[in-house]
This record gives sequence, structure tokens and C-alpha cells, in this order.
Amino acid sequence: MSEDFSNLDVLVIGGGNAALCAAITALESGASVLVLECSPKSLRGGNSRHTRNMRLAHEKQINPYTGAYPADEMWNDYMRCTGGMTDPELAKMTVYESPSVLDWARAQGVRFQPALAGTLHLSRTNAWFLGGGKSLMNTLYRRAEALGARVLYDAEAIDLNIKDGRFRSATVRIKGQHTVQIAAKTVVVAAGGLQSDLEFLKGAWGAAADNFQIRGTPFDTGTMVKVLLAAGAESVGDPSQGHMVPCDSRSPKFDGGIVTRLDCVTLGLVVNKAGDRFYDEGEDFWGFRYAIWGRLVAQQQDQICYCFVDSKTINKFMPSRYPAIKGNTIGEVARQLNLPVEKVEATVAEFNRAVQPGKFDHTVLDDCKTAGLTPSKTHWAQRLDTPPFYGYPLSPGLTFTYFAVKVDRRAAVLMKGGQPAENIFAAGEVMAGNILPKGYIGGIGLVIGNIFGRIAGKEAATLAKKSAAVASKEATHAAK
Amino acid sequence: MPQSELIHIGEEMMAVCNSCRYCEGFCAVWPAMEYRRSFAEADLNYLANLCHNCSECYYACQYAPPHEWMINPPQTFAKFRAQTYEQFAWPKPLASAFRANALVVSLLTALMLVVFFFGAMQAAGSRSLSTAVAGGDFYKITPHEVLVLTFGAVGLFVALALGIGLLRFWRNIGEQTSDLTNPPAVMLAIKEALALKYLDQSGWGCAYPDEKSSQSRRWFHHFTFYGFLLCFAATTLGAIYYYGFGWTGPYGYTSLPVVLGTLGGLGLIIGPAGLWSLKTRRNREITDESQQGTDVAFIVLLLLTSITGLLLLVLRETAAMGSLLAIHLGIVMTLFLMLPYGKFVHGLYRSAAILKYALERARKSTLGV
Repeated sequence: MSEDFSNLDVLVIGGGNAALCAAITALESGASVLVLECSPKSLRGGNSRHTRNMRLAHEKQINPYTGAYPADEMWNDYMRCTGGMTDPELAKMTVYESPSVLDWARAQGVRFQPALAGTLHLSRTNAWFLGGGKSLMNTLYRRAEALGARVLYDAEAIDLNIKDGRFRSATVRIKGQHTVQIAAKTVVVAAGGLQSDLEFLKGAWGAAADNFQIRGTPFDTGTMVKVLLAAGAESVGDPSQGHMVPCDSRSPKFDGGIVTRLDCVTLGLVVNKAGDRFYDEGEDFWGFRYAIWGRLVAQQQDQICYCFVDSKTINKFMPSRYPAIKGNTIGEVARQLNLPVEKVEATVAEFNRAVQPGKFDHTVLDDCKTAGLTPSKTHWAQRLDTPPFYGYPLSPGLTFTYFAVKVDRRAAVLMKGGQPAENIFAAGEVMAGNILPKGYIGGIGLVIGNIFGRIAGKEAATLAKKSAAVASKEATHAAK
Repeated sequence: MPQSELIHIGEEMMAVCNSCRYCEGFCAVWPAMEYRRSFAEADLNYLANLCHNCSECYYACQYAPPHEWMINPPQTFAKFRAQTYEQFAWPKPLASAFRANALVVSLLTALMLVVFFFGAMQAAGSRSLSTAVAGGDFYKITPHEVLVLTFGAVGLFVALALGIGLLRFWRNIGEQTSDLTNPPAVMLAIKEALALKYLDQSGWGCAYPDEKSSQSRRWFHHFTFYGFLLCFAATTLGAIYYYGFGWTGPYGYTSLPVVLGTLGGLGLIIGPAGLWSLKTRRNREITDESQQGTDVAFIVLLLLTSITGLLLLVLRETAAMGSLLAIHLGIVMTLFLMLPYGKFVHGLYRSAAILKYALERARKSTLGV
């Protein structure tokens, strides 16, 4: 390799939001930084490439939000969606530090816009990137490079040389060919979760994992999580947990991103492969339930479900990548979906009989519900009676896994026994499981990445400078 | 590329874009897309012409190549635009012939017309072409009537051709002729078009010629467009002076027509030269290379027009005036003749698309959607 990476302060492993937040903060603290992104430049940014907003508390209505979102309310939403069982201290840090993210991002040049029309009613609570997550990443890369970061693409860290909880160097494979050793005073590991490692998923889910889609980057194979755990780091979280949403079964295995998700569930009726309903489709707003439905689908036979809607509702949710299967009767749609036709017809007929009169309003928890039906549909229940009818096949789409490396509030990786590693920090999906035990709340992933990325970058830079000072003192001493 | 294949690519792209909508904040194309759930050829023609080719969406796109869906709105829309320019042109065969070899056709036409003007001058003028004329009075060389007749005929033909093309496009995208004069929508559209609002993106500019947002393209376009407008105003004012007040040219260096023409000419050098320079640095992954010819031909004709015009002004009292006049007139006439078949029509079609977008917004708000 032509470039000289000796005397490096901070090595950042990963190239997504958390990694770049760490890199920028370390650079601003005066450290030298090398970023290793394992994808080619055109696909850089990991899962952040597919994101679009951050959930950030704000005590008052300020641009770009449509209203105030006090931190206490965000805390309650977080608890409501996740159960909040892992590390309350880190979770509290995330929620209560979140207001600082907006100004920080703007200072890097990140552009925001009003919330997208027709999305999950998140305009009050979430800040949206103009152009989405890839645009965010372009800005962060430009900023990091302007500050003097060096970035290597097609550079995959495959091993870490760690002795006694102290990082020495990383083994890096360049363009899938030769490997090099890159030493640094400190390392920030922000290389994503394990979701693209299909073997890992099989270990956690068994054969069911074959039917999962990975919504994000194929590059997040969790190598760094596994390497850190093998080196004695403490793990956190259940390997089967992750952010999982219902996606169209016709989607590609990887990288389908946002457009394959289906937002029809609360408006429709969902059956499994046997033609039976199995869960209340109208339990809560979709923004609070989409993350639960991914798992619900994953627990059904062959990890597939089917959502039926009719002409009244087909245009009331966001369109998706693949057209709905259409038919003049429910049976016609069921036949095209290879479902037991009579069973589905009976399920729909039974549902239609159970629907009570009410005033339909998708923007509130309305009074349209079923009576005497198990499971019931508690809101937005309308008869499926207006042809043509439509059906979508649903599969679990995994966004990222929660099985993670345990960290402390300095973002330092905790080794077994509870001691923090001396110079190893972690941010983003590598450690998000410290905060997300299960479930998900829209827009929290990038916030965790930002806050812990910045902490990790700051800590790593401070430590690198300190060790440089010590080293130069020792050198001076030795020279005498 | 066959039309059906392009339409298929367009439909597939819209299926992705309308499900994603991350680009909603960039320009008018995406909110206009969101008014729709299906995308026929007419919708794609409309959206393609509403696209200002700013390219922000491409760099923001999570599905851009090498993603397997190969989403590339700037290039796809550019291809649709090229198709509309040819499909709706009148007479269409002229457009097809021109598009195939735009620069060569332009230069040959210019050469022919220059020769024609030399001939006309020699036939009509009492003075030799190679001697200086006191005061730079070019009517001594080319009789006023010759200019009025030739340019009048060309002007009428060009206006007719442009008008027919515009109406064909307007009807194709599903609008009534009467709505071309809907006052509030027209006012809004004029405002947005004149300010190049969709190259501005609330002050960020656009990702042209590369990923980093910049205002440079918008400014060079302003130089070009307003330069063109000033030159047009200078000519019109000259006509008013002549017919209205009986003041015959040439006018002094500080007279309004000459000042306007000089400023316009400078704009028409800075603008097209800047646009050309940006164009050469453009990311080729998102351009439609088949349009390179018409784009360059238009830029070259604009540059030649302004350069010869300014030279004519500076050298009008020398012996070169006669030759320069013939060259300038030949080039200007070529520029006019090529207007309906080349890059120029983008201004009309895009303005029409902006007008439709203004109409659509008004309709949505009255529907309370």
C-alpha cells in the first residue's frame, strides 16, 4: 500500500452514520483518523444509506418539526415500544441527549426538510434528511474529508489484534485480495450488526431464517461483533432480536430498503398460510406496531402472511415497490396467492360479520372494531366488501440485529468481568442492543449511532492524545 | 432505445420512486409524482419535462447503480425529454434529421446562409462589401427591407413551429388549451421559471456538474437566458425606434438598444461558455449522451451569435463590417431556424410542465386533498 498509516490516532472501523460521527468528532478533537469502509464507494454508508430520519426530542416547536416533543414524552414512547429492559442508563442518555443532535448535524452541513407526506405521522417527532440517508452520508463523508479524514473503501477489517483488553492493530482485507495490518492508538468499532450473516441468523432462528429478507446492506456480516466477543468482550441481547418489519415477499434478499415495506396492515385483514387470522391488525398506530409485525410474520408457518384490502383502502397507505395482486372477489385474489380459497373466503366472511358500525378515521384510534371475533380487530375495522380486492404477500424484513457488544457510558467496550477495554470503543448497531432489547421506535437507530459515535470519537481522540503525550515523554526520558 | 423499452424503464423507476419518496424535498417532480399512483407515458413525459436535470436525486438515491434496480432519474428523464422534443416537433422529419447530426447541420446551414447574405448584399448593395462605411451604417450594405422580409418569414415559421410543438406537448400531458392562460397558475409558473426555482433548492443549488451542490449552473443559465432576452429586447427596441419614431440605426454606443444588446451579448458569452464548461465536467453516468449533439449545437450557435454580434459592434466602422454582418446574420438566422428542433424547446416544454404543476397544486387545494 502506498499510503502510510503509521502513528495513527484513531482507527474507525465502519462507514455508516455512527462511524462518521465518531470520525468527525475525533478529527475535531485534533486526532488523525482513518475510516475503513468495507463496501465500494458507491454503496458506502452501511444501513444508513437506507435511513431517512431521526427521532429527536425538542421541548419547543422548532424547524423542521411540526410541534414540541418533550424528552419525557420520547422516553415514554421508547418504553412503550421496546419494553426498555437492557441498560436504562444508556437509554436515558440516548433520549435526553437527543436534542443536541439536530444542531450538531446542521453544523456538519446536513440538510433537513419537512416530514414526507403520507408517512407514519412522524412530522412532529422526527427530523427528516433532505434526500434521505444517502444524502446524509454524502454530507458526513464530505465533512470528514474536509477535516482531514482518510477513507479507505473496499477495506474490510477481518480481525483485531487485542492483548489484555488493549487494541494494537487491525487486519484489513483490501479489495477482497491482500491483507494489511493497520495499527492505531485507539479504535472505534462501528461496523454494523450481524443481520447479513445468514449463518448467524440460522443459529438464532433455525430454518425460518431462510425466509427472511435483509432490508439493508449486504456488508453488515457482524465480523467485528464476533471478533470482539472472541477477544473477551461481554455480549448483550438475544441473538433472535432485531428490528424486523413486514415486507413484500417478492423483494430481493438484500438491500430492498424502504420501498418493499408494506403499510397496509392496520387498514386490512391479515391471514397466514392456512387462511387464519392470528393477531389484531388495528392494535395501535402503524408507527408503533410495524416493528412487532415483522416478528409476528416470522412466527407463522413458512414465515409468510397475506394482507387483504379492498378498493376503499387501497390508496390510503403508502404505495410499495410491487403491485398488489388484484381480483374481483376475495377468492380470486386468494387463488393467485396460492392460499386455500374457501378458507380465506370464510375468514373474510366471518370478519365482515363481526365488524361493528363506527366512524372510520385512520389518523386517530377510531371506534371501528369487531365484536365476538378472535382475535379481534380493535381499530380501523372495515368490511372487505368493495371490489376489486387486493392482496399482498408479507415476509419478515430484518433491518438490524440487537445482539451486541456491551459498552459503558463512555462507549468503551466492556470485557467479561465488567472492566472496560482500554482503547476500544463501539458505536451504532454494534452496540445498539444495549439500548434496544426488542421492538423498535422509528428513527432511534441513527440517534444511538450519532450520540455514541460522537462519544466514542471524543473518547478515542482524547485517549490517543494522552497516550501520545505519554509516549513522547517516555521517548524524551529515554533520550536523556 | 425503442419507446416501449423506455416506457417500461420509466414505469419501473416510478414504482420505486413513488414508494420511497426520499427525494420529495428536492424539486417539483417528486410532489407531482405523489399526486399519482400509476404512470402512463403522458405522466412520464410531464414529469420528465418538469425535471430540471439538477441530479440531486441521483446522488441521494439508495437504489442508484450498482443497486440491481439501477434507478437513474436524471438519465431516464433526459431520455424521455429527448423523445418529447422530437415526437411533438413540427414538422417532425425536420426534427429527426436535425437531432441525428445537430452540430453539422447547424454549421452547414449557417455557412449556406452566410453565403446567401453575401450574395444578397452584393446583389442589392450599391457599395462594395470590403470598404468601410461611415458611421457603420449597415443599411447601406443590406437594405432594411431585405432584413425585414427574410427575418420576418423565418420568425413567423419558427413561431408557428414552436407553437404547434408546445400545443402538442400540452395536450399530450392531458391539459386543455384554455388552461395555458389560467392567470394565477401562469403567474406562479412564470415566477418559478424565471427564478429557476428548481435549480435553486431553497438556496442549496444543485448537484451539477458533480455531487456537491452548487449554484453555478443556475447562474450560468441566468446569464444565458437573460442575455438572450436582452438581445431580443435590443432588437425589438430597434424596431420600435425605426417604426415608431422613424429613428434609423445604427444607434450610438450609449443608446438603449446598443447598451441592451451589449449586455445581452456579454451574457450570451459568459452563460453558454459556463454551461459548456460545466457540461464537460458532468458525471457521464447520468447523462443521455444521444443529446450531446443538440446541446452542443445550441451552445455553439449562441456563442457564435454573441461573439459575431459584439465584433460587429466594435468593428462596424471598419472595412470588416460588411463581411461580419453577413456572417452574423447567417448565424442568427440559423439559430432561429434551429430553435424548434434543438435544445431551445426545453424552455417551452419545461415552462409548460411547471405550469401544469401550478395547475395541479391549485386543483389539489380546491379539492381539499
